[in-house]
Amino acid sequence: MTARELASPSRRSFLTVTAAIGGGLLLGFGLPARGEVRDTLTTDAPFVPNAFLRIDRAGKVTFVSPQIEMGQGTYTSLPMLLAEELEVDVDKIAIEHSPADDKVYVNPAIGIQMTGASKSIRGFYGPLRQAGAAARIMLVTAAAQRWKVHPSTCHAENGVVVHARTGRKLGYGALVDPAAKLRVPEKIGLKDPAEFKLIGTPHRRLDCAGKVDGSAKFGIDTRLPGMKFAVLAQSPTFGGKLITVDEAKAKAVPGVSQVVKLDDAVAVVANHTFAAKQGLAAANPQWDAGPNAKVSTADIVNQLTRVSEKPGAVARHEGDAAAAIADAARKVEAIYEQPFLAHATMEPMNCTVQMTSDGCDIWVGTQVQGMTQAAVMKLTGLAREQVRIHNHLLGGGFGRRLEYDGTVRAVQIAQQVSGPVQVIWTREEDIQHDMYRPHYYDRISAGLDAQGKPVGWSHRIVGSSIIARYYGPEAMKTGVDRDAVDSSANQPYDVGAIHVDYVQQEPPAGMHTSWWRGVGATHGTFVVESFIDELAATAKQDPLAYRVALLDMSMGRRTALTQPRAKNVLQIAAERSGWGKALPAGQGRGIALCIGFGTFVAQVVEVSVDKDGAVNPTRVWCAVDCGIQVNPDTIRAQMESGIIFGLSAALYGEITIKDGRVEQTNFGDYRVLRIHEAPQIDVTLVKSLEPPGGIGEPGTSCVMPALTNAIFAATGKRIRKLPVANQVQETASSRAG
Amino acid sequence: MITLNVNGKPRDLDIPDDMPLLWTLRDVLNMTGTKFGCGVGLCGACTIHIDGQPTRSCDTPVSAAVGKRITTIEAIGNTPAGKKVQAAWLALDVPQCGYCQSGQIMSASALLAANPKPSDVDIDTAMAGNICRCGTYPRIRAAIKKAAGGKEV
Repeated sequence: MTARELASPSRRSFLTVTAAIGGGLLLGFGLPARGEVRDTLTTDAPFVPNAFLRIDRAGKVTFVSPQIEMGQGTYTSLPMLLAEELEVDVDKIAIEHSPADDKVYVNPAIGIQMTGASKSIRGFYGPLRQAGAAARIMLVTAAAQRWKVHPSTCHAENGVVVHARTGRKLGYGALVDPAAKLRVPEKIGLKDPAEFKLIGTPHRRLDCAGKVDGSAKFGIDTRLPGMKFAVLAQSPTFGGKLITVDEAKAKAVPGVSQVVKLDDAVAVVANHTFAAKQGLAAANPQWDAGPNAKVSTADIVNQLTRVSEKPGAVARHEGDAAAAIADAARKVEAIYEQPFLAHATMEPMNCTVQMTSDGCDIWVGTQVQGMTQAAVMKLTGLAREQVRIHNHLLGGGFGRRLEYDGTVRAVQIAQQVSGPVQVIWTREEDIQHDMYRPHYYDRISAGLDAQGKPVGWSHRIVGSSIIARYYGPEAMKTGVDRDAVDSSANQPYDVGAIHVDYVQQEPPAGMHTSWWRGVGATHGTFVVESFIDELAATAKQDPLAYRVALLDMSMGRRTALTQPRAKNVLQIAAERSGWGKALPAGQGRGIALCIGFGTFVAQVVEVSVDKDGAVNPTRVWCAVDCGIQVNPDTIRAQMESGIIFGLSAALYGEITIKDGRVEQTNFGDYRVLRIHEAPQIDVTLVKSLEPPGGIGEPGTSCVMPALTNAIFAATGKRIRKLPVANQVQETASSRAG
Repeated sequence: MITLNVNGKPRDLDIPDDMPLLWTLRDVLNMTGTKFGCGVGLCGACTIHIDGQPTRSCDTPVSAAVGKRITTIEAIGNTPAGKKVQAAWLALDVPQCGYCQSGQIMSASALLAANPKPSDVDIDTAMAGNICRCGTYPRIRAAIKKAAGGKEV
């Protein structure tokens, strides 16, 4: 995106309009010690050189963030990009959530306005530096004109333009009016990385203060005059319908004002959430269980197993893998299974809606503002400008808020309610009506020669296609879901002849699958890195040495830089972990490599397994090469985060179905890691001048096979089906018995 | 009518005796710093103090707090332990999404007020009831140690 595009007149007028209709209903919070996240759009800054940046007469810089903050640190790293070129104190930048607009706030790496796929930095590394540089040039030019000197004799530093020879200085605030009259420069020279003052240096989070004093505003914290609270119940079975509710009993609960009935859901509206919850219980909704009344996980897995026998759409085919495996000295085959997973964001699903005479206002935390707006337009028939999305900080995303089902539900309810209404999902509703990570069934085999080197590799992936639902049939022309086969078709090792195919198999109608942290890489890395470990064990070779050898052998096939970067992170993680040094009985180390999101991650997990088979991951060493580092501390934080998120899923995470409904309900039966279960984590960052890669997801993708490989090293038990749960205990007790 | 002492101020409220403190704070008093996470005392996001004791507000009825001092995240910075904890949280950039952090800080503040030099086991015991999906546990542990004046790791 060029600076001229950023600053076109239509975009300026768009911003003015959006600001006018977007503001006014909520008041911003008091100024915290550093950073400032605002809920409303600034309307009065005279200098708006592009869609991301406004500067007022006091010199206050406001950054309108195209990407939303959900914990990944984007409200620090993106302002750093802007401030690096704008030459301002990044700690004094105010941050505002962007309004819905798939064009102005498009993520160039994705094609729509989306915070996902670990692409915030990858999409905006260039555009935001250009946005800052363009504004700086205009401010410098304005100062030079005022002083009647050549702009090249002036420079900018810390929000001030300086004429060094005469010592004259003008703050940005004093220059915004003349700067606003200048043309946005077309040719913008950006700093050489060697000149970076901010990029690459750890910087404190700008959104931290409000998250420490309770003032940070999430969607669920929306409070409006006259606002009602609604608690929702959707059909407990997938595809079921609402039959009846006891409206009189619900309304008899003090504070309950209304019962909203939908085809497959009911909501009770009240003065506060407690009354709404009591009202919903009193309403005692009765459901027609529908066509899936008898469906269980076993049925779904049986179906996956059946279709896995048939060939699928080919994702990669080099040589004759089947023949190579058939003729090989040794053959290894395995079936890997990964369960449905819920996201369980700490902030349960919620959305506040006010239908007005001229449209509707929506207060929500979303990763896809534009898609959410479009969905509401489709539902209501309203025009784009009538559907106003007020985004908020996300109390966790992990892919859940790439979906707008919660907003659609809330609008369906609000259409029957007078005035603003906040629709809250209980935790039980949140877990039982998530859009789940698909249950994947992988059939994989390889042939080894007498030295243990793979000569053929065949991998069939079976599961629901998120791509097909999310992006439509256009994205599935070849029959291959490119996400489902990612990290499988693109695996980096030399395995001889290779065949990778994909069979799409959807769960029962009404059950939906969606993105989950690490997406295809989380699924594929688990299978590939587990199976490579199996091959190393079969070949009686060290898992690290085996991987490195296969990377070396594939050197010619991959881009020149891929294999050295992969080897480097493997070797760093291994070295940090003391790889190869003996461990006491019952302990083991496992290693895994994840290449994904433009980033290379290797991890070593150390586990201890007690005599009863209880698995305790005690330490994790992580090496990450994500190219140019914007905020190194954020990279560390995202690795820590990804590791703990992945361990939760690998150890405990599983959504199961019985009688057409999800069996899990809350954190009691959908367990996640707690502080006493979290390992010590050691993160090493690799310095690099390669283009920046994503960091939100690969930490999660890498840790699952590193964990199960460590369990194998400690116990000899190969985990091919997640979660680990009690599998090691069962092995231990069957041995004891 | 029920009278609660919230952050040192008396609040007269026309609410049922069995209404959980969580919804009273959030929906009636519009104090949204205390978070809803699970509704059944499993995640700790709603942690407040009643007479200094960390308490899950989602399953504690208002009747249990009558005549007692309720402290929330909005005022924990006025206590010596709370102030130290918030400063340590800022210094180590503990939060990520931040949604659980009110509850984490309330649990950590109660721990430090009762036990100024907690061991790792003390930290585990006091903090195991607070879930963080972003996995900020290593920094939470380090920040508690920093707030206690000891080494961070």
